[in-house]
Amino acid sequence: MKTRNHRLHAETRSSKKLPMAVTELANPSRFLAVVQPILPWLAAAAALMLAFGISQAFAAPDDYQQGATVKMMFLHVPSAWLGMFCWALMSVAALGTLVWRHPLADVAGKAAAPIGAAFTLLCLITGVLWGRPMWGTYWVWDARLTSVLILFLLYLGVIALWRTVEDPSRAARAAAILTLVGAVNLPIIKFSVDWWNTLHQPASVFRLAGPAIHLAILTPLILMAIAFMLLFVALHLGAMRNEILRRRVRTLQLMQAERAAE
Amino acid sequence: MSLGPHAAFIITAYAAAAFIIGALIAWVVLDHRAQRRKLANLDARGVTRRSDRATPASS
Repeated sequence: MKTRNHRLHAETRSSKKLPMAVTELANPSRFLAVVQPILPWLAAAAALMLAFGISQAFAAPDDYQQGATVKMMFLHVPSAWLGMFCWALMSVAALGTLVWRHPLADVAGKAAAPIGAAFTLLCLITGVLWGRPMWGTYWVWDARLTSVLILFLLYLGVIALWRTVEDPSRAARAAAILTLVGAVNLPIIKFSVDWWNTLHQPASVFRLAGPAIHLAILTPLILMAIAFMLLFVALHLGAMRNEILRRRVRTLQLMQAERAAE
Repeated sequence: MSLGPHAAFIITAYAAAAFIIGALIAWVVLDHRAQRRKLANLDARGVTRRSDRATPASS
C-alpha cells in the first residue's frame, strides 16, 4: 500500500512537472538558455548524417528503369517531405498564436517560413531536373506539381506578410490566418496523385501495402530524410534564436527612442 | 562511378541543393552575428533590459 501510494505520488509529481517544463521552455530567455548549448551538437550531427547519407546515396545501385537519375530522388523526396512538414509545424504554431497568443509561437512560425520555402524550392528544382530525362518535359501542370508550386507561393505570401506589416503582433495574426488557410493544401498535395490522373507517380514509401522501393534504394532515402530533418531542426532553432534576439533589439531601440523623446 | 547519360541533371540537382542549404546556413549564421552586434552596440550605449541590469546585482 505504501509502495502504491509512493508510486501515485511520484506520478502526480511528474505529471505536474511536465507542463511546468513546457511552460519554462516557452519562456524566450529559458528557450535561449536551452537551445544555445545544444545547437552546435545538433549542427554537427546534421552535417555528419548528411555526409553519410550522400555517401550512401552515391553508393546505391541504379534503378532498373530510371538508371542513375534515381540519385535525384535522395534530394527530391526528403525536401518534399520537409516542405510539407514545415507547413504543418507552422500550422500548429499558428494555433499557438491565435488561441494562446504565445509570443514563442509567433517566433516559431516566422522562423520556419524561409526554411520551408527553401526546401519546397529545392523540391521543385530537383523535380524539374528529374522530370526532363524521365518524362521528357521539365514541367507539366498536373495536380501534384501545381499543388507544390502553390505551397511555395503560400510560403512567399507568409514571408511577405511578416516583412510588410510593421507591428509584430499584427503580422503574427495575419500570417497565422494565412498559414491555417494554406494548411488545406497539405492533404491536396498528399492525395493529388490518387484523386487525379497525374504524370507524377503515386506514393511509393508511405503506403498501406508497405514501401514499393527496394531496400538498397530505400535505406539511403531514409538516411537522407533523417539528415534533412536534423538539418531542419538545427536551422529552425537557430532562426528562432535570431528572431528572439531581433525582438530584443527592437524593444531596446524603442526604449532608446522614448528616452530621446523625453 | 558513372552517372550515365543524364549526369548533367544529377550534378545540377546536387549543386542546387548545396547552394540552397549553404544559403540557409549563411542566413542563420550571419543574422545571428548581426543581432549580437546590434545588442552589443545598444549595451555599450547603456540601453539594456531591466532583467539584464538586475543580473550583476543579484549574482
